[in-house]
Amino acid sequence: MSNEAYEAVIGLEVHTHLMTKSKLFCGCSTEFGRAPNENVCPVCMGMPGVLPVLNRRAVELAVRAGLAAHCEISPRSIFDRKSYFYPDLPKNYQISQYETPVCRGGYIEIQSGDGAPKKIRLVRIHIEEDAGKNIHEADASLVDFNRSCVPLIEIVSEPDIRSAAEASAYLHELRGILRYIEASDGRMEEGSFRCDVNVSVRKRGVSELGVKTEIKNLNSFRFVEKAIEYEVNRQIATLESGSRIAQETHLWDPVREETRPMRSKEFANDYRYFPEPDLPPLLIPPAMVEEIRRAMPELPSDRRARYIRDFGLSSYEAGVLTAERETADYFEGASVGLKNRRTAANWVMTEVLRIANETGQQISEALPSAREAGALLAMVEAQQISLNAAKTAFAAMIKSRKSAVETVAELGLAQVSDTVAIASACDKLLAAEPEKLAEYRAGRDKLFGFFVGQVMKAMGGKANPKVINEILKQKLAG
Amino acid sequence: MAEKKITLEQVRHVARLARIDLYPDDEERLRTDMDQILSYVDKLGELDVNGIEPTVQVGESGAPMRSDEVTNSPNAEAMLANAPVRHRGYFKVPKIIE
Amino acid sequence: MSSSTELNRLTIADAAALLHKREISSAELTRVCLDRIAAVEPQLNAFITVTQKAALEQADAADRRIKGGDAPPLCGIPLGIKDIYATKGATTTCASKILSNFVPPFDATVIAKLRGEGAVFVGKTNMDEFAMGSSTENSAFGPTKNPHDLTRVAGGSSGGSAAAVAAGECLGALGTDTGGSIREPASFCGVTGIKPTYSRVSRYGVVAYASSLDQVGPFAKTVRDAAILLRALAGHDPHDSTCSARPVPDYERALTGDVSGLRIGVPKEYFVAGMDPTVERAVREALKCYEAMGAKLVDITLPHTSYAIACYYLVATAEASANLARYDGIRYGVRAAAEDMISLYEMTRAQGFGAEVKRRIMLGTFALSAGYYDAYYLKAMKVRTLIRRDFDCAFEDCDVIVTPVAPTTAFKLGEKMNDPLTMYLSDIFTISVNLAGLPGLAIPCGYDANGLPIGMQIIGAPFAEETILRTGDAFERSGAVIPRRPAL
Repeated sequence: MSNEAYEAVIGLEVHTHLMTKSKLFCGCSTEFGRAPNENVCPVCMGMPGVLPVLNRRAVELAVRAGLAAHCEISPRSIFDRKSYFYPDLPKNYQISQYETPVCRGGYIEIQSGDGAPKKIRLVRIHIEEDAGKNIHEADASLVDFNRSCVPLIEIVSEPDIRSAAEASAYLHELRGILRYIEASDGRMEEGSFRCDVNVSVRKRGVSELGVKTEIKNLNSFRFVEKAIEYEVNRQIATLESGSRIAQETHLWDPVREETRPMRSKEFANDYRYFPEPDLPPLLIPPAMVEEIRRAMPELPSDRRARYIRDFGLSSYEAGVLTAERETADYFEGASVGLKNRRTAANWVMTEVLRIANETGQQISEALPSAREAGALLAMVEAQQISLNAAKTAFAAMIKSRKSAVETVAELGLAQVSDTVAIASACDKLLAAEPEKLAEYRAGRDKLFGFFVGQVMKAMGGKANPKVINEILKQKLAG
Repeated sequence: MAEKKITLEQVRHVARLARIDLYPDDEERLRTDMDQILSYVDKLGELDVNGIEPTVQVGESGAPMRSDEVTNSPNAEAMLANAPVRHRGYFKVPKIIE
Repeated sequence: MSSSTELNRLTIADAAALLHKREISSAELTRVCLDRIAAVEPQLNAFITVTQKAALEQADAADRRIKGGDAPPLCGIPLGIKDIYATKGATTTCASKILSNFVPPFDATVIAKLRGEGAVFVGKTNMDEFAMGSSTENSAFGPTKNPHDLTRVAGGSSGGSAAAVAAGECLGALGTDTGGSIREPASFCGVTGIKPTYSRVSRYGVVAYASSLDQVGPFAKTVRDAAILLRALAGHDPHDSTCSARPVPDYERALTGDVSGLRIGVPKEYFVAGMDPTVERAVREALKCYEAMGAKLVDITLPHTSYAIACYYLVATAEASANLARYDGIRYGVRAAAEDMISLYEMTRAQGFGAEVKRRIMLGTFALSAGYYDAYYLKAMKVRTLIRRDFDCAFEDCDVIVTPVAPTTAFKLGEKMNDPLTMYLSDIFTISVNLAGLPGLAIPCGYDANGLPIGMQIIGAPFAEETILRTGDAFERSGAVIPRRPAL
């Protein structure tokens, strides 16, 4: 295959909603899933005479994103109008930032294919308003403006990405960071985290860039990877056949798993950007940047380092636990009262992630609270229950949502460490099995396991095996 | 007569960008009007504006920022009341082709 | 007052005094205005909508409030509102076919303020469509006539408001001024109008034409009335990011009548060949009058004046091209029948906008389009800086600048309709003020041989409204010009 002779050059444009309560330029709610046109007002409907007023929180979150991605924060940035006609765009221009975005430069560090760290540089991060939503019916389209004017940031990478896998790693890392800093909920399926991909290919060793295509409509990580793979192969095949790549916008068709050019030629656009006269320049003095930096939640890379340093976890373990902020928060929440953080680490890496994976739900939705998980693990540490019993209890807690203590009691999972009861069970057994006792004492050590099993059986499986061992050893020694 | 500042083809292109259907009679008239205005506007070319900062706004600098609070309550009916065509709480338009 | 039929001739200050003394009622006053409207509207066409029922309700409410004691100065005063202001529940057309059925679900900030004051709105006044024009001939509802001569224009774009005040259909009115749209019609109709400093008054709910130039302002019979209205309109608005938070002075208190020592700048570029000699003579006479009152005349220069119109028509149309993109027949307004989305846009806008609006949208779109941005839009923005600097320099040597408002008195209906550029040139003396964001006052300073009013413009430094109002008021008090009522 001649594919080896080519390399892909990929840049990503990520749009993500900022987690604000109200919209970017008006006091409407950003709540998802409301009835159509409920979260709208004259401003986000683009009625005549309305004016935008900037949401401070949106600015703070954009600056957080910039700080997390090592960007330069512009002390003075400008909003611009981007003009194009589309039914979901109420003013038929979008308020965005063009020449002077709020953040410039910066990078996101990923692990590339060979495991080595690689920096994907950013061009910029800018603030803009989202459009509404068009719903296509058989004979008409319907427009809902609830999403209109919801704050977005667009994060534009340099074309530093060389493969679908790197693109995926970049997106995961970026999404993780945005979730950590509470800028974004990162939900691709709800459209709050969207990605456009610019792809071109060139012969290896060539420095100038090939003609790129832009792929839109990618609403899952899997689609991003598939679309890139498809598009890279398509471009190589096109070039190999002696044809040229057309600079155009493609849509990803998730059903046919291919990209196809958009039908509307109108997107060969002249956006006529010019400075938004209704908004003075956005001023972010150094003191404001410092204030935002101080209020910033811990970044995943810092957490990773802390887990290794303070909790003695391996780099791999720290990586797994910090991959998602929710996982890391769960781990920390569950390990608060434990003697050994590793108890919680192992539990989260096995049980918690497995269950979250199987159910396909968020940890917060699928599992008991971190506090209850911690209570359960504390019982394991105190040898009040066995690890297996803990698993049984945990499964029950997922369904019942009852507390750990209640569940363990209800299911009778507590281990019996009562030496009198265990001693009495041992006595009964030895009295009932004189032959086996004689054999053991004659040197058949193997029978020890048999005795333990029998005692455990007599105790209904709830006895503490350590205690049984100790007592049995004494009794057998006679 | 000096050279044309704007051609009929450009007028049509601009009309497409501005989403205004031009009646055939309008095209040439608009072209002439625009040509006349653009010729007049050309006098700005007499000025050397090298190094001059553009004035975008004449008000005070620094966008005020509001606190992130929901201050509007849903009133879909009032927002839909002016809709030329509506359907089940949506604004209805001819089918959009992507 | 001798006769209740003359109540509409009162100034706001006098009417307020009578209302507060309860010698007249707002209901009575409002009814007189409504009767006057009914009598002269067939000839004048100053209103697009007369809100009779709501006005009488507001008047009754105002009377109750006055009876209660602590009513503000504008309580019960009948006003005309340019149809560019969003008025909750009342059609707001902007004199355009495309908005002919639009009923806003909200009030513009200044409308809400006036409601709070207890003012009475007799109706929505006529204007050039989307405030684009200098004669109020570009209205989808027909032109407004000049009350001094029905064959002539009222000026524009706020011609309806100016004519309504001049004709006694209301005691004051609201206009907007983007390139002279308050001052020019005030001048043509012989009334007072002020365009405040950009950012002094909220623009929220004012249908945008050119956002960096648009400013709200009042029309009135006297400078004092204008001062009373401006105080009610001005001030911070959390809904307008460009609106200043500076405290609003009591403008009426600035009207001391004293101009001694005032340095009046007289720019040579505003007294040029080609202008109507009667206009020049009237303004020069007024300047002499100021000198007699102790003011000092200073020759100044505003060297970039001749570039102002070119600059304006690029900046204003560029902003307008985006501001007017929202009229697409989807969420509100009139929609054309169409099978597909593109034709829906194109037909709606072709049928909904008038010729001048289309011309300006086209020009602005062109000025911003790829390949032309630097040559047109960006260049104009840089020239705007030069024009601003002219004024900055001038105000180092003077306190106010006095000029004519327009090169001529009111012109004939139809005279300039087929020549957009000539029409644009009627704003030559007002446009720089908008580009620089300065306050400008227009007051009558004489009449020409046909009895048509001549206007004088008093320009101030940013936020120097008190100074220009004081200057205008002093001239009014001098009695040099006796205001003439239209014969209508």
